[in-house]
Parts: sequence; C-alpha cells; structure tokens
Amino acid sequence: MTNRPTVSVLLTGVGGQGVVLASYVLSHVAMAEGYEVKQSEVHGMSQRGGSVTSHFRFGDRVWSPLCTPGTVDLLLGFEALEALRYLHWLRPGGKLVYNTLRINPSPVSAGLATYPQDVDAQIKAACPTAVPVDAHALAVKAGTGKAANVALLGAVSLWLPFARETWEAVIAKAVPPKTVEVNLAAFRLGAENGTVALGQEEL
Amino acid sequence: MTANVQLGEVVATQQQVEILSGNEAIARGAWEAGVKVAAAYPGTPSTEILETLAEYKDVHCEWAPNEKVAMEVGLGAAMAGGRALVCMKHVGLNVAADPFFSASYVGVEGGLVVVSADDPGMHSSQDEQDNRNYAKFARVPVLEPSDSGEAKEFAVAAYELSEQFDTPVLLRTTTRVSHSKSIVRLGERIPRPRVTELKRNWSKYTMMPVNALARHPLIEKRVRDLAEYAENCPFNRVEMGDPRVGIITSGVIYTYAREAVPEASFLKLGMSYPLPRRLVEDFRSRVERLFVVEELDPFIEEQIRLMGVQVDGGKELNTLLGELDARLIAQSLAKVGVPGVNQELLRDVAPARTDLPARPPTFCPGCPHRGIFVVLKKLRLFVAGDIGCYTMGALPPFNSVHCSTCMGASISMAHGMVKVLEPPEGADKLDPRKKPVAIIGDSTFYHSGITSLMNVAYNRGNTLNIIVDNSTTAMTGGQDHPGTGKTLMGEPSTSVDLPALCRALGIKRVTTIDPYNLEEIERVLREELEADEPSVVISKAPCVLMYRIRRPVYQIDPEKCIGCKRCLQAGCVALNLYTDSVGDRKVEILADQCNGCGICAQLCKEKAIARPETAEEEASR
Repeated sequence: MTNRPTVSVLLTGVGGQGVVLASYVLSHVAMAEGYEVKQSEVHGMSQRGGSVTSHFRFGDRVWSPLCTPGTVDLLLGFEALEALRYLHWLRPGGKLVYNTLRINPSPVSAGLATYPQDVDAQIKAACPTAVPVDAHALAVKAGTGKAANVALLGAVSLWLPFARETWEAVIAKAVPPKTVEVNLAAFRLGAENGTVALGQEEL
Repeated sequence: MTANVQLGEVVATQQQVEILSGNEAIARGAWEAGVKVAAAYPGTPSTEILETLAEYKDVHCEWAPNEKVAMEVGLGAAMAGGRALVCMKHVGLNVAADPFFSASYVGVEGGLVVVSADDPGMHSSQDEQDNRNYAKFARVPVLEPSDSGEAKEFAVAAYELSEQFDTPVLLRTTTRVSHSKSIVRLGERIPRPRVTELKRNWSKYTMMPVNALARHPLIEKRVRDLAEYAENCPFNRVEMGDPRVGIITSGVIYTYAREAVPEASFLKLGMSYPLPRRLVEDFRSRVERLFVVEELDPFIEEQIRLMGVQVDGGKELNTLLGELDARLIAQSLAKVGVPGVNQELLRDVAPARTDLPARPPTFCPGCPHRGIFVVLKKLRLFVAGDIGCYTMGALPPFNSVHCSTCMGASISMAHGMVKVLEPPEGADKLDPRKKPVAIIGDSTFYHSGITSLMNVAYNRGNTLNIIVDNSTTAMTGGQDHPGTGKTLMGEPSTSVDLPALCRALGIKRVTTIDPYNLEEIERVLREELEADEPSVVISKAPCVLMYRIRRPVYQIDPEKCIGCKRCLQAGCVALNLYTDSVGDRKVEILADQCNGCGICAQLCKEKAIARPETAEEEASR
C-alpha cells in the first residue's frame, strides 16, 4: 500500500438535511476501499434547525477525528450560508462544493436578521473555484427533494478516489429499502453534474 | 464488515470490523463483557450507549427516571453478582454522586462500570465540568479511551478491573469520543455464571458507621494497589520517538497531540487515576522536556507535579476552557520552541465570520411549546426555566426564560424566589404578574421535578408551575420515560397519571390546556396567577418530531398581509419575510416547512393566515 496522506472533508448544513446520512455513506465507502476512517459529529441541540457540521477524514493512518480551520481539503456545503460560514476551514487550494439551496436561520424568520442575498457572490469572491450545485433540483428530478444529500455526494464522487460500484453498494444499504432507486438516481444525476463542473481530477 | 450486521445476532469473529461511534462501541464492549443489566437517563453526549445496547436482546436495558436511580439499579445488579453498566452525561454524575460514592465503599460482586460522557465546549450542556475529578474524589479508577476501538476494548477490560479490585470503574468519554466514529474489531460475548440467589455480606454491604469505618482503609489500600497495577497495565503505554519532546496525555487529546507533533515521544495514559509513579518517572528520565497536554482541568498534571516530577509545560500552555484540537496544541507547543510541530497546523487562517446571521437551534414548526412562550412573552412574566427543548424559549424572539440551571430546578427556584418577594411599600399584596412562573418538561419533571413540587405544596408556596408534557424526552432525541407507557426495550408499561400525581403531592389547582390555543393559554395563566395557592398547568400535546405528526399547512393571503410582522413573534422558520413585486414587505409561509400549528394565524389581526379547506372539507359541506 502506498503512503496515502490523510484527507479532510468537512460537511456543513442545517439540522434535518441529511448531513449525518451523507457522513455515514462517506465513511463506509472509504472503509470498503481499504482506508482507515474517522468521522465526528455533534448531536443534541444542533438537531433543532441549528447549524450542523460533520468531520470526515480518511487515509492510511488517521489520528484526530476532527478537521481544523485552514486544513480542510474538501468542504461540502449542504446549504449556501453554512458553506460561507465555514469557508475559512479550507486549506489553500482546497475545494468547495455546495448546494445552492437557502434555508432561513431562525433569527431571519423572526425578522431579527437578514439572509445575505449575495451569498453566492461572497463564496465566489473568497473561493473562485467553488462549485455551486443545485442538488435540490437534481434530487427532485430523480424523484424526491429528500435525496438532495445523496445528489451532492454524487457531485463530489468522481473527485474522491473511490469506485462508483462501492458508492452505489453503500448507498443502497444506507437508505430505506423503498428509496434505494430514487437515491441511486439522485447520486447518478449528481455525478453527471459533478463531472461537468469539477472535471475528473482526483484528490 | 457489512452495514447490515445485526448486532448480537451473529456469531462474531475477531476478523469482523465495523465503523462505530464511541457510544456504540461502549455498548458493544458491555455486551461482549456479558453485561446483564444496564440503566441510564438520556443525556447528550451519552444517550446512544443504552439505545444501542437495547438492540442486543440478551441485556436488560432501562431508562431510569434519573441518574441516581440508574446508579442504584446498576449497583444492586452488581451487588447481586451480575455485570452492570450505568451511563450518563457529566452533570448526571452530580445527580448520581451519592450512590456513586457509596458504591466505591461497598465494592461489587459482578463488575460495575459507570460511563460519564463529558461535554467540553458545552455543545449541549450547562457546564463543562471535568468528571475525572470524581474518580479521585470517590477513589475509583478512571479509564479514558481515545477512539471507538479503545472504547470497546476498555469497556470489556473495565469489567475485569472492576471485579479484580472490587471497585466500580469510571469510564470517561468526551463528546469527541462518544460521537466520533472509527473502526472497531468485534469480539464474542463472554459467558457469565447464572445468578440464582442473593449472597449476604452484611459488613461489606451495609454502610452503617461501624462497617463504613472498616471499609475506608480498604478503599485507600485499593487506590495504592491500582497505582501499582497501573505500572504495567494494558491501558498505559510509552511510544518513544524524538527524545527531545515527551508528551503525557490521555483520551481523544492523544490523537490531537499525535497529529500536532507526530514524531514526539508519548506516554499515553488510558487510566488517568491512579497514576503509575515509576512509569511517569522513567518516561521523564528518557525525554529532554516534558509536556502534559489535556483538555479542561490539569488533572494528570497536578498528580504528576505532586509526585515531584518536573513538568516543562502544562495548563499554562493550553486553556482550561472549551475543547482543544490539533491546531491549538500545535500552536501552543510551537510557541515554546518544541521541534517537529506539524507546520500545516501553524498556517494563518482567516478569522471566523461574525457578521453572518447565526443559526441557533429553534422550536420545530408545529412544536407545542411555541404557543406557551408566545403568551409568556406577551404577559411579560418572569420565567424560571429548566433543562429541555423549552430552554430555547430563552432565545429571541421569545426571550422568556430568565434563569435555567439544572434538572428540576425551575419549580424549586421559583418557590425560593416567591418566598423573598414582598409587596412594594404601601401595597398589601404582591401583583400576581410579578410572581415567577416555573416551566418544566415531562421527562425533566419525572427526573427531579416531583420532589420540588412536593416541596412547593408542603411549604405553602404560591407559584405557577407549567409542565409542558410532550410525551417524550425530546431534546435528546425522543426517549421513553415513566409517562409514555413504553419501556426502552419496547415493552408496553404503566404510564404516570400526571394530573393525579400533582394532586397527590398536594397541589389542588391542576389544569390541563391545549397549547395550540393562544386564547386558552392566556386565560388559564391569568386565572392561575391570581390564585393564592400554587397551581400546575399541564400543556398536553405530543412532540411533532418524535411522533411524526404532520398537519395541513397554512397560507398567507398576500392581498390581506400588511407586513406588520406580528406573526413573526411565533419565531417559526416556516415564516419568510419577502419583498413583493411592487416593493412591499410581506410574509409568506414556506409550505415545505409549515406543520400547521396555527399559532401565526392566531397572532394575525388581519386574518390573512388561514388553512385552505381541503377538497374533503368542501365536499362535506
């Protein structure tokens, strides 16, 4: 086995978006591909519509389960504002792929704050290589908006060093049996979209 | 190594591996160790231990009403000869401290392992106490796994340790161990002898002074014996690298420190109390500079300094506050000239954005707590809060929880406040609206609110106590409790009659209300505030998240909406302020978020918010 350095992926989103399921898929795919994996998330208060992060790291030998600011190789944003909030965690040259969906935080819903309307421009300015993906639209096309998390995984799948069969096998086991087909369809649509946007460059 | 391995149903082999969280790994370890009884009260970050263990059908698992009860259930099981597991979050051990200290004195027959899941950084807690201190305080050994693999191995080994030294064992995790996942090698369940009768051992198990006095020297000797065991135990290990830098550390901090200074020498302590003096002294002699790196308290550092061992850097380098990570450790060690620090972790990083709108947790759309807080805010009452989802009533736009400390404290603290309050000069009676209101959830009430309410009745109190009964332990993810009629093992069970319980405690005024009716809430609260005796108001409606309740959504008629924003007082993420095509600010309801509670519709004076009649309703006309 070659000496493969640890790769750090930070997933950010909103409670209820399926960040935890996406992390489950990532870690099982990496394990099936022979990597050591560590993954970390916080439960509890964050479930009630709060900001959610999940740290995922894989390599030949992984020590810490946590990413740290300035060292993340891939930031996977499930919601635009939550992508912007964690941009400083990327290392120089790190990749950002994010879902263009916008979800109001509770202070915005209460009329006490405003959602930054130029969120996409702010992301682009700070990270010119950022890849916006309308994962919700892709998931709806596949059959249900609920599969947006899996569509987003599809969008980065070609960029991570894992075989497509492994992805699909893990997804098929991770999602409820009745939703396997729609999730696989969302994953494939995401992958097609990702191919165009990202190219086939690997980490 | 497949995701569909059914826990406990397969004959496990040493080759089998699975990605598990620290909590799942502890459950697996307890199962492999042959645990017979497990008890806990839910609390982040400990909750999933018992939820996972309950899936193994050969262990009796139960939610106790609180951690003290759980500890006593575990101690009884261990005293009877079965292996037992007791789990709680850090503050839960405060509640269970009384039996925990006694458990140290009486010791065990079957192994007893107590899991304390600490929460540095307070992701979901009211404090960040370092529960390793409890080990030293109660004279029991503490084990600190650094990842899920160790969590499982340590859990199994803890039972051997417990029985060998006749002591409960504290297995201490932190959020980043409990909620991080890594690869675990699975083992088989160890067969345990069947317990068929209770043995009597009066002098060991009956802690009257005469017996406790005889136990105390044995407990102190046990600490010395454990320290001797620690010299060569499998939990502590030396990893020699660069002899210029020696780092003593424990728990998940070990993984951060390995990443921060990969080539350093390490003394990794799996058992952080009691410490092995010779092992520490020997490690000291093999390195040029010695650092102790630990999160929260200088627990290891103080023990080492007391040994007279020179420490070249400890708590003065790494904060007492919050969580550490590899970056913070790398920066602190680089600052004092430690060689070999991972340069990637020293990179300058842009500061976190403070100008973006925060995204705090909030009441779910449809949550039955929302209407209660809308009214509490309107009436401008002082509210003594408690621990649960309803603590979020402290946040904008409600701003209606004015104190919140620990489980069950709302009722007793409000009682203390009302005993201080006096009418202003010249008035003969306190304004009822100045009386404090206590608010507490059902699970928290069963945990430790019952005794508080009994105290209010007995000591002639005069507070208004709201029990928001959503038939679950919601904040921790929806666990059953004595009021839900179901056990952790999924069996049907008894369900507390809450109004009857309150009456039995001595409260005469007990009213149950519909929390989706603002007019009813306000009327009842006003009536009860006027009463010259204590009252209980029960807000009775199930948690929409846990019971998967979906109600038809509401809509706002843009022709009727005047943009007054009254509805935004509902603090609901289904409401969205927007600018229409002619530039007017209006509110709309996001159909994919709305759960049809109707609170915003009741707040709207323009009658702009309504639920469209369904085709069925139209047809029935």
